[in-house]
Amino acid sequence: MLRYTINRVLLTIPTLLGVAVLVFFMLRIVPGDIVEVKLRGDGGAVTQETIEMERHRLGLDKPLMIQFKDWMVGVVTFNYGISMWTERPVMEEIAIRLELSLEVAILATLIAILFAIPLGTTAALYRDTWIDYLMRIVTIGGISIPAFWFGMLIMLSLLAAFNWLPPITFTPIYEDPVANLTQLIWPAAAVGYRYCAVTARMIRSSLLEVLNEDYIRTARAKGVQEKLVISRHALRNALLPAITVIALEFTFLIGGLVVTEQVFNLNGIGQLFVQSVTRNDFTLIQGMVMLIAAFYVFVNLAVDLLYAVFDPRIRYT
Amino acid sequence: MESRRTTLKKMAGAFALGASGLSLETMRAEAQSPKKGGTLTYAMSAETPHYDGHGSDTFATIQFSAPFYSTLLKFDLDKYPNVTGDLAQSYTVSPDKLSYTFKLHPNVKFHDGAPCTSADVKATYDRLRNPPQGVVSTRKATFADIASIETPDPLTVVFKLKGVNAAILQHFGSPWNFIYSAKDLEKDPNWPKTHINGTGAFTFVEHVKGSHVAGKRNESYFKKGLPYLDGFKGVFFLQAATMLNALQGGQVQAEFRSISEPEKQRLIQTMGDKIRIQESSWTLNLLVCFNVEKKPFDDARVRRALVMAIDRWGGSKGLGQISTLRSVGGVLRPGYPLATPEAELVKLPGFSKDIAKSRAEAKKILADAGLKDLKFTLHNRSIAQPYTPAGVFLVDQWRQIGVTVENKQQETAPYLAGLNSGNYDVAIDFSNLFMDDPSLALSKYLSIDRSPDNRSRSKDPELDKLYDAQMRELDPKKRQALIQAFEKRLFEQAYQQPLLWWYRMVPTHKTVMGWRMSPSHNLGQDLSDVWLNT
Repeated sequence: MLRYTINRVLLTIPTLLGVAVLVFFMLRIVPGDIVEVKLRGDGGAVTQETIEMERHRLGLDKPLMIQFKDWMVGVVTFNYGISMWTERPVMEEIAIRLELSLEVAILATLIAILFAIPLGTTAALYRDTWIDYLMRIVTIGGISIPAFWFGMLIMLSLLAAFNWLPPITFTPIYEDPVANLTQLIWPAAAVGYRYCAVTARMIRSSLLEVLNEDYIRTARAKGVQEKLVISRHALRNALLPAITVIALEFTFLIGGLVVTEQVFNLNGIGQLFVQSVTRNDFTLIQGMVMLIAAFYVFVNLAVDLLYAVFDPRIRYT
Repeated sequence: MESRRTTLKKMAGAFALGASGLSLETMRAEAQSPKKGGTLTYAMSAETPHYDGHGSDTFATIQFSAPFYSTLLKFDLDKYPNVTGDLAQSYTVSPDKLSYTFKLHPNVKFHDGAPCTSADVKATYDRLRNPPQGVVSTRKATFADIASIETPDPLTVVFKLKGVNAAILQHFGSPWNFIYSAKDLEKDPNWPKTHINGTGAFTFVEHVKGSHVAGKRNESYFKKGLPYLDGFKGVFFLQAATMLNALQGGQVQAEFRSISEPEKQRLIQTMGDKIRIQESSWTLNLLVCFNVEKKPFDDARVRRALVMAIDRWGGSKGLGQISTLRSVGGVLRPGYPLATPEAELVKLPGFSKDIAKSRAEAKKILADAGLKDLKFTLHNRSIAQPYTPAGVFLVDQWRQIGVTVENKQQETAPYLAGLNSGNYDVAIDFSNLFMDDPSLALSKYLSIDRSPDNRSRSKDPELDKLYDAQMRELDPKKRQALIQAFEKRLFEQAYQQPLLWWYRMVPTHKTVMGWRMSPSHNLGQDLSDVWLNT
């Protein structure tokens, strides 16, 4: 197990370096010029000389391999440079938004887990009864209703019922937990509903499959209490595919909530990603891609390791 | 006998008062004594890419930076288009109108504590008229008439002009021309792009990128008793619907740019007497712009046919109900004293009220030009109001003469970059004026070598000649005739043509007092007179 863990951790290094190489060269073949967009995109009529000066200042006139070397040195030393658009450090731009996005993702995950496990389990245990049908309606609603639209409904309902809306600017949880949660619980609920629905359906189908396994029948035949059969033998195994879904959804939530962020006016990573792409802000895009890739790699690593915890049959040698 | 300028000012003043739609209720409210204190939270529809007004044309920069800075003069919004002193305590103009002397307020300090003197004004205007390498000044051409700037003492600055310039005082009142510290500019000519150090009513607190900007009262502001507010917070909104919710829910108390007619109706219905909507015609229009360097738009017949297919009169009725677009007009704001009257306007290509006849003629022109199945992309901006409805409207108008158009909307920066670099076929452009002066309004249509703001990239010496003639003409009637001749030539060549003029509706909570409406959204954003009646 230890050897497996070390191998998996070491494997993240070439994976992330591969992402760094790919993102650098792919961005260089994308059409568009950050300097033109930046200087001419502000309504200003600028001379070609000014454009060349700016290109020089940003280091875009250096040979490609020199730029690549600078980038790779930055990746290894965790120095991602400055945003070509805002002129502030990439890490600073990301850090401003990451706290908010991470918190929404964690809250949504908590909401999803809190509701999905009892919902999915109950639906499987009461298969084809009204409880199962009700759960199916609720989860199909969660999957089919876009999170941003559900978010809009939440906002309009709050406005209509209480003439109140959550705060519009972010307060860190360590400064004012009430203000923080008052703002973020609503977007977390909006995306958490869909997240919960996907997970609950996965748990239901997985649990139904496990409940038909021989070892469950054996456990019951041995006279093990039904509660223990479900919790210790069935649910534990049924959660394995759900863990994968939860992990993928969590990673998606870090950077994929563009529209929901707009609905709640959240200053999150999704918006920053879209803005950096429309502005051809290479350095910021590179930093963001590295961040998301790192999240995917480390969350997948955590999932692989969790598999062993939940399923003792899995042995890593 | 009144001078031309006096007559024009009276006409424009009366027009402005009528246009701004100030209600008696608003006037009564303004008569109350201002109260000190409170923080104003308001919505900002865009986030500025930098803080430097000299190199910007976008409202995002003005709205962000104006509360932190002073200008030499400023527009007196109660007597628009008159200007009054801001940093200048008084000014005199020499009889030959070639020398302007400004006396500055004493004891003015920048937010870093350094005194503000005539040297700072000179450094600012030198940067505006002759920017150093690597610095962008979008007002370079405006101040080309300045021959020299002298600073005989720390509180006096003298501008010597090369020739008479009727609108120069208004340009000294332009809201873009923030006074910067000479010391800061010496350190780095681009320093104001990323730092704020002004003499304005508020000092900078923070700019949380993507979220908000905050300022607090400048305790050493040179205008005694001002500002009234303890501070402000401008929150960036990406969606109009979210902003409306926030206005309704009381998270923000104002939106100082504009909302559309349906949005106005929603606020009135839901908020009743808690909301105040101030209205005015707007010194802002959308333009249909053809890139004359691209085929087939280098052919005047094609351009003319395309503008003739547009039913502006019908469009103004329909779009007026769903967007911020409202009035049909030529190159000057409809209703402005020197604007072309409707009876004359309808005779020009693209303004006929007989749209069926106009479209039949347009089809024939295109057929004669050998363009039966014309297809092109409309370069448009991805801002809902009013660019999306305008784009959809144009696609439909051109469809009716057999032309297929794809409405391609882009984010502001790439949209403007495309316009400014000529990387488009046909575009929706805009004319954003901070005042009504005809020379300012017409300058956009000058040949591209004289006006980099001419996005059609046309070169037309005849238009240039007419422009110069109207600028020197002192008789209002003769000047109007020259402007009409300019307009006729411009619309016949159809390099670019106003689509519709915008209409401004500014919502504020009734508790927000002292803010003054004007026909330009670029004016009145310094917040120095605003107070909260809570």
